[in-house]
Order: sequence, then C-alpha cells, then structure tokens
Amino acid sequence: MSYVTKSPWVIHYDGSSCNGCDIEVLACLTPMYDVERFGIINTGNPKHADIFLVTGSVNEQNKAVVKQIYDQMPEPKVVVAIGICANNGGIFRECYNIMGGVDTVIPVDVYVPGCAARPEAIIDGVVKGLGVLAEKRAAMDNKSAAPAAAEPKAEENTETEGKEEA
Amino acid sequence: MVKIIICVIAYLILAPVIGGLLAGIDRVISARMQGRHGPSVFQPFYDFFKLLEKEPITVNNVQDFYIACFLLFIVVTGFFFFAGMDLLLVIFTLSLASTFLIIAAFSSNSAYPQMGAERELLQMMAYEPMVLITAIGFYLYSGSFNVADIIHNSKMSFPYMIGIFAGFLFILTIKMRKSPFDLSMSHHAHQELVAGLKTEFSGKTLAMVEIAHWYENIFLLGFVFLFFANGTIAGTVIGIVVCLVTYFFETFIDNNFARMKWNVALNSSWLVAITLGMINIVVLYFM
Repeated sequence: MSYVTKSPWVIHYDGSSCNGCDIEVLACLTPMYDVERFGIINTGNPKHADIFLVTGSVNEQNKAVVKQIYDQMPEPKVVVAIGICANNGGIFRECYNIMGGVDTVIPVDVYVPGCAARPEAIIDGVVKGLGVLAEKRAAMDNKSAAPAAAEPKAEENTETEGKEEA
Repeated sequence: MVKIIICVIAYLILAPVIGGLLAGIDRVISARMQGRHGPSVFQPFYDFFKLLEKEPITVNNVQDFYIACFLLFIVVTGFFFFAGMDLLLVIFTLSLASTFLIIAAFSSNSAYPQMGAERELLQMMAYEPMVLITAIGFYLYSGSFNVADIIHNSKMSFPYMIGIFAGFLFILTIKMRKSPFDLSMSHHAHQELVAGLKTEFSGKTLAMVEIAHWYENIFLLGFVFLFFANGTIAGTVIGIVVCLVTYFFETFIDNNFARMKWNVALNSSWLVAITLGMINIVVLYFM
C-alpha cells in the first residue's frame, strides 16, 4: 500500500480570478470542512507538496510562476484545477492576456468545475486526485523496475480520467 | 551495565515510535482545541512514510550529508543521556547537532532557509543559557553531572529546583518548536517564511528532519523526567506523568499564543534564565 494517499500535502496558487475559488479552497481548511481529517496540510512550499491546487486562469504573467511551482514539486504529484476559470479560462477566456485554463501550461489531472467551486466539490476533487496520485506512485515503481516501460502513455490517461461533468 | 544497555536500546527503538505517537496526539488535541475533528493519531507516521516514497530532489548533496549528521548527533545525544553519561557532554552534543541543521540550511544558498537558519541561531542563543543553568543546578544538587547519579539520588530534585524547572519549561517551548517561539521552521500553518529552515529539504531529507525531531522531543522529556527521578517506582511514575502533562501544556501554549518576534524570544528567555535560573542556583549554592 502506498502512504502517498494518506498524507497528501497541498500547495495552493491563485491565478487570474475573482478570488472566489481561492476563498473556497481556504474554507476547506476551516473547522467546518477540516480537510486535515484526511491528513491534508496546506504547505506554502512546492518542495513539500503532493497536490497542486490551482484556481483562476493562466495569463502571460503568471504562466512562468505556475510552471515553476509545478516543476519544483517532487514526483508523484497531481494537479487539480479548481473552478471554471482554471478549467478553461471561464469568464476571462476572451481577455487579450489570458492563455486559458491551467492545462495550457501544465498537465492537469482533475478538473473541478463551478463558479465558485463549492468546498464539497473541492474536497471531492482532491480525493479523486488521490487515486491518480496512487497510480503515479505505482508507475514510479514500475518505471524503476522496467526502465523501458511506456510511461508517457500512462500520464495521458490520467490527464483526462478525472474529468467530471459540469 | 545490562540496565544501561537495555535503556539505550529501548531509547533507540522506542523513541521514534513514542515521539511520533506524541506528535500525532499533539495534532489531534490541537484540532480539538480548534473545534476540528483532526487527523488520525498515526498521521505523523503516514507523513513520514510518504516522505520516504517521494522522488529525491536536493539542491546539493552536501545538504543531505549535514542533515544525516544532524539526525546522527541527535540520536547520539539521547544515547549519552539514556546511557546515564555526563550531562555536559549531552548538552554539547545537542548543540553540535543543532549546528549541523543550521549549516544544512545555509548550504542551500536559498533565501528562506537562510533566514530560517539565522533565526535558529538566535533560538540557540536564547535557550542555551537556561540549558546550561539546568545542568549546573543538577550538579549543585546531586554533586555530579552524571545522569545515572542524578537519577539514583534518593531525594527528588524538583522541590529544590522549582525555579530551574520553570525556566526549563520556558525554553522547552523553543526547543519543541511551539507557537510563541517557532520562529525558524514555521512548524504549523504559519507561512511567512515558506517553511523556514526546512524549505529546501524534501522527501527523505525532510523525513530525517522529522524523525530527528521525534528523537529530540523524547530526549527533552527525559530531561523533564530527571527533575522527578529518585530511584523509586513512585518517582518514576510521577516523572512520566509530569512528562505527559508537560507535553500537553506545550500543545496548549502552542494553540493559545500568536508567534512573537525574535527579540521577544531572546529577551524573555534570557530574563527567565537570569531571574528564575540564577536565583535558584544561588539558593542551591547556599543550601
């Protein structure tokens, strides 16, 4: 059994958004929803994080930031795009500086729709992300056992798998 | 001799187990104090094993070496202590271990660990005098720096060393990285320093820091135990109960105080050391 699903530490980044989803993510940490029940800790440090929660869309200025946070996280890692802006740009989609959803910059594993996404939906998305996290962990083991394994394909699968219906 | 070997082996094996459990209980109690349900008691172990499973990324290899030395010397500190050896040797080994942690943080050349390391140095400055005064107090009271002699002293030292005990409790908050003084590591949800000292540590390296913290906590509670040990079973029971109460007290403090600035930490701990500690030393000297 992998311990990675029992202690998912999250890092949270808010891109171009109205901060609604941002506040809902923080609401998950309050006594009302208390995600620490699942061992979830909100770290401020990408090097300690397992799950990357992104709210808001990506623009030309924060593109590099999102990429850097993603690159600094050690494997296995999962990206959860929260709210419609993070999914596909949402209301900002047609702005001149917006690139679109988070998946235009980094691979996204789970999409949580909503405007703003409710804390229940966010927790649901993170729990769904745990499944992907366990798969990625298993893939790491297989990769070290058989270096020639077809690893990029597995990654593609997980990308679309978590997609929920809006 | 056999007793010493049993003590040391029990420490090496049980300290991480009990330390981790205490950390878990700490998290549950903290959650309940905040009106939350909180994680499982075994959460620190889940965290630990998860960290071992993560991809190793490190800024430079020397950093991992320093952290390994930090863990090693923390274990050695407890080894000396539970083997009943010289209290001064124990304290100096502890300082050496802390120094390795600070060097590890400095070696990454990254801004946040450097600030964390500087704060850790200030914390060391803050707690070292009181730790030394504690050792001197034990020497004045029992006539020996040896932990074995202090434990087998038939009179409990606590009634004569209340001031030193209070001072030691004060710096225990710094050593256990609890809230008014958790300046260097941002142990809980405070994040203005990202993760302070341990920002650049991840995966196995961070796991080593965690387990060293558990070893250190058990060793510090051993210090608390020393105040109550008088070689009898009653003294041992009282000592263990007080250790647990102390741990609960630290959790309570942690949840009821905002973090303070480094000058408050330094000034207040020196003030406590000079008043409570020194007055107690003078009393012991003329007794």
